[in-house]
Amino acid sequence: MSAYISLFKMRLMQGLQYQVAAFAGVLTQFFWGFMYIMIYQAFYQSTTNVQPISLHQLIVVVWLQQSFLALIMLWFRDNEIISLILKGDIAYELCRPADLYGFWYSRLIAQRLSSALLRFVPILLVASLLPYPYRFSLPDNVITFLLFLITLFLGLIIVVAISMLIYISMFYTLSGVGSLLIFGVLGEFLSGLIIPVPLMPHSLKIIVYLLPFRYCSDLPFRIYAGNIGYHEAILSIFAQIFWIILLFLIGKLWIKKALKRVVIQGG
Amino acid sequence: MIEVSGLSKSFKVAKRKPGLLQAMKSLFYRQFTTVHALKDISFNVNQGEIVGYIGPNGAGKSTTIKIMSGILIPDDGKCNILGYTPWKDRKHYVKNIGVVFGQRSQLWWDVPVIDSFHLLKDIYKITETDFKDNLELLTETLDLSEILNTPVRQLSLGQRMRCEIGASLLHSPKILFLDEPTIGLDAVSKIAVRHFIKTINQEKKVTVILTTHDMSDIEALAKRIILIGKGQILLDGTLSELKSKFGTEKVITADYSRIKEPIDIPHTKILSYSDERLQLAVDTKQIKVSDVITALSQNLELYDLTVDSRPIEEIIIDLYKEYQI
Repeated sequence: MSAYISLFKMRLMQGLQYQVAAFAGVLTQFFWGFMYIMIYQAFYQSTTNVQPISLHQLIVVVWLQQSFLALIMLWFRDNEIISLILKGDIAYELCRPADLYGFWYSRLIAQRLSSALLRFVPILLVASLLPYPYRFSLPDNVITFLLFLITLFLGLIIVVAISMLIYISMFYTLSGVGSLLIFGVLGEFLSGLIIPVPLMPHSLKIIVYLLPFRYCSDLPFRIYAGNIGYHEAILSIFAQIFWIILLFLIGKLWIKKALKRVVIQGG
Repeated sequence: MIEVSGLSKSFKVAKRKPGLLQAMKSLFYRQFTTVHALKDISFNVNQGEIVGYIGPNGAGKSTTIKIMSGILIPDDGKCNILGYTPWKDRKHYVKNIGVVFGQRSQLWWDVPVIDSFHLLKDIYKITETDFKDNLELLTETLDLSEILNTPVRQLSLGQRMRCEIGASLLHSPKILFLDEPTIGLDAVSKIAVRHFIKTINQEKKVTVILTTHDMSDIEALAKRIILIGKGQILLDGTLSELKSKFGTEKVITADYSRIKEPIDIPHTKILSYSDERLQLAVDTKQIKVSDVITALSQNLELYDLTVDSRPIEEIIIDLYKEYQI
């Protein structure tokens, strides 16, 4: 276990070095945040119907999405792992008395955490100083906040388990682009990062609830915004745990199979 | 210690003729050819040996190393190293071996070398005292003290390679596989690496298997060589055996005062001739070198005379030719 922890630490350390990238990221996220908010504002102003999520709740969700982008986006990638697979340096990883799945998992989770740690504080801080309705606000009570933290953490575990599948698929496709793009686009849509899940048509909602993607971002952020009640939140935690177990199993079995056919070419 | 028998491995390689039409065709129908990388490879290695594993590019050297280090699964054959089958008990087995792939890197690019070493310490569960001892020994023999705190991306190739080798030995492996450890290194670094390999072999009784294209590596290190070509073992023996079998030819170069006609000594071949210098190839199976020298000194007024063995490179080239690889 200590091996995975020190790998985690190592990746975290490395990730925290990239401060300029983080600064640029923060600016980009503000741009996107404002853009989304303005779109939703226009939408809410043009309708007289009551929507399943209020504009202010939606704005809180948008700021959370932007600040924790690194924790929820499937296209967020570790180029080193990709080049390990494509260039064959994975040979060294296979000479280690350790489990490759666990190895890469701790690496990926550390990379996401380091990236998020550098970004979320300034975004949320500035967003909570903005005038209403753009303002980011604190949750209603402590329980909501705790549920948010738990679901966000479990969601991170799910995201990384899904992205492990993307990396394993590269053993077959030998390209870093294909599966990343497909998973990235589909995942983004099905997580409600393009159209918020509450605003989706009913039939689409059913599909989205059956898939793991929304449990990473939509669930924790709407809990925070007060759009999901305690009862549903607790049930959803069980759903998250179910997905974690299932995705771990699939990933472990698949990587085992992939490694049997791996060929390290040249030199 | 290492027993390999009947190892075979083949790869499927996609083939297509050049041109756009053929490229379109291959969208629907792909042709594969099977390349037999290894065909029935067998050998044994005892503890404490240094074995040079040589052969031309594409002979199957790296494939063998990869199978022995548990990365590749062979199609057929047995391999017993320290009581393990590498590809079956990979996780337990790899604790006992160290591997250096000369063309790849195991160090973390952006962080100082010592951080990568500490990570390896945790991965291999090396105890604090063992780690300290090993690090001290490695720092000293590989001259790492000045570069341990430098990020890997700022190291030269030679410095990096020394760190790579150090990294592979932190967990005191019993066997060390070196796949082209001196590739691209300058003379000084090469000698440092060789010296180090010799030291750990003698002091820690580490068994070493190394592949290389640099015959001076082999001459400096390996008593035993295994020659492989087209996936088959062609020769397995000591370096002196190889030399006495294929290196029986000597070259004698003589400088002398002017003569008008070249002299003829039986059982020798004139490689070059001028009226002041003569180069003779001598087959020692047919005539003794001393006899040739006597003949020369009787006929000529000699200024200088040198006897050279054929360089090992040439012997190897002849071997490759002889086996048509």
